[in-house]
Amino acid sequence: MREILFREAIVEAMAEEMARDETVFLLGEDIAEFGGSYKTTVGLLEKFGRERVRNTPISEQGIVGAALGAALMGLRPVAELMYIDFSAVAMDQIVNQVAKVRYMFGGKAKTALVIRTQGGAGRSSAAQHAQSLEAWFVHVPGLKVVMPSTPRDAKGLLKSAIRDDDPVFFIEHKLLYLQKGPVPEEDYTIPLGVAEVKREGRDLTIVATSSMVGKSLQAAAELEKEGVSCEVVDPRTLFPLDKETILASVRKTGRLLITHEAVQRCGWGAEMAAIAAREAFDHLDAPIVRVCAKETPVPFAPKLESHVIPNKDDVIAGARALLETA
Amino acid sequence: MTELTKAKALWIYETMVRIRRFEERSIELFQAGELPGFLHAYIGEEAVAAGVCAHLTPKDQITSTHRGHGHMVAKGLRYEGMFAELYARRTGYCKGKGGSMHIADQDLGVLGANGIVGGGIPIAAGAALGIKLKGGKHVVVSFFGDGASNEGAFHEGINLASVWKLPAVFVCENNGFAESTPRATHQAVRDVADRAKAYGIPGVSVDGMDPAAVYETAGEAIARARKGEGPTLIEAKTMRFLGHYVGDPGTAYGHDKEVVKWKKRDPILAFGAFLEKKKWLAAKEREEVRARVNAEIERGVEFARGSPEPDLSDALTDIYASL
Repeated sequence: MREILFREAIVEAMAEEMARDETVFLLGEDIAEFGGSYKTTVGLLEKFGRERVRNTPISEQGIVGAALGAALMGLRPVAELMYIDFSAVAMDQIVNQVAKVRYMFGGKAKTALVIRTQGGAGRSSAAQHAQSLEAWFVHVPGLKVVMPSTPRDAKGLLKSAIRDDDPVFFIEHKLLYLQKGPVPEEDYTIPLGVAEVKREGRDLTIVATSSMVGKSLQAAAELEKEGVSCEVVDPRTLFPLDKETILASVRKTGRLLITHEAVQRCGWGAEMAAIAAREAFDHLDAPIVRVCAKETPVPFAPKLESHVIPNKDDVIAGARALLETA
Repeated sequence: MTELTKAKALWIYETMVRIRRFEERSIELFQAGELPGFLHAYIGEEAVAAGVCAHLTPKDQITSTHRGHGHMVAKGLRYEGMFAELYARRTGYCKGKGGSMHIADQDLGVLGANGIVGGGIPIAAGAALGIKLKGGKHVVVSFFGDGASNEGAFHEGINLASVWKLPAVFVCENNGFAESTPRATHQAVRDVADRAKAYGIPGVSVDGMDPAAVYETAGEAIARARKGEGPTLIEAKTMRFLGHYVGDPGTAYGHDKEVVKWKKRDPILAFGAFLEKKKWLAAKEREEVRARVNAEIERGVEFARGSPEPDLSDALTDIYASL
């Protein structure tokens, strides 16, 4: 299979959906000539023109509000927030408007829209450009939240998100954009709400999101050398959550490690741990372990940043600790 | 110039009466303990909703506010569904899930009242963008108050609409109070319309107690929007006759004193006198309008009272289109 970059997979997904459905259009900061700050809209202006690849002012609540208004009129906007950190500027529109209108209006509102954004640390982007805020959005009924970890998943999930009739918050990781991976040339989608077992194993389950999937696979490969067999499960969609795939793995291995790049406190992993504790309690042989960022804003200094963001060795250490508990 | 025909004038008059009576009856029902939640009454501001909506078709869209009943009535929403919503009944416009501050009906071009001050403004810009992208000739009117004109959403929404020349009209109902805060302590500009300069669009202040003046000003702005010439900011200077919410006496912040002079300019009384002078509507016919509206009101109330409450299972539906 051919291999393409994660960011190219994102471009392809949007190009294909825009060609397929003329109600799909893009809006965001610097997405036209500039091709997006992370080059995720390169070439789309030339293909689809200025009306459908729409540069906006730096106006995050304007962008999200405009996407919602257009969705209510029957279009399928894909809004880009350049950094997930900037979602804080648009929070009223995301939380009080986008997520609520269907329910508040008794189920009659059309809210087919995608908010694409990018988060995560690893480039010394510091405290306002490197957060992992997914838990905020998972917490709000009315939103769906997607966090792909591979080019193939990114493309298939983004296509599904664009076709979905609900608002989807789609979070890409800035360090994954230049990751290459196999992506089918033929048309395909990956349904929202379906997890994937990225590596099968027997001794423990690692549930990992976004950038932590790759780090967990590396950790699993190292642990394999010590005779430890890890199963790595990527939920891919944080809501709706494919609990069954994850719990089936936990019931098989009896041990659960959850890892994400967001800070631990009230992170998505807390919800995951609660679900597992409730629904797979009898199968757990040890307390659930979480490997997350240290509880601090993301520091600028590379040395400090890599200290607070979990890496492969942290996953390995967590796995060892999990295996050592009775 | 938009000429006010007899037919439009009569529609505007009846619409104002319909708004006033809906609010008066709702207040009675609320004070009698029949309605949950809280209400923000539109009484006093009727000329704005009626004068603007007289130009709109069901395919034209509006966004509204927490004080939105007047816009809903003027946009053609039915009493039955509105009362049923206030009663939190299953037959309400939002199945009893939205309430007073969230009534919406997209079939009639209502993209929703809104509980967040200014929240509807960027949505209106987006709806106008949607219309433009689909090649339609419809317009979007966004109603909001003077308080909302200090929100970032006001700036972002109007800036987008102006830079994209969208078919939108922004109508600020300036009633001089942002909840309890008087104009002089929440903005240095006297006329919200002045803010239009910041967006390179026309800004017009109009007497919001005079439906004919509102009708004329809105007509020009809406025609401009329909022609693809971009948005206008209209500031209608008006006054709510009651407190911020039903039960707020307005005494703590001077509203009770301020409102006295405005009540002398009651838009329904003044416009009634204007119609009488024009020989378009005699006193007896005004009574007939009132009687007709009252009968319709009671049918709406009876419909709501006789409607079922939501099932408990309804709490968990309509959150997503599909899961």
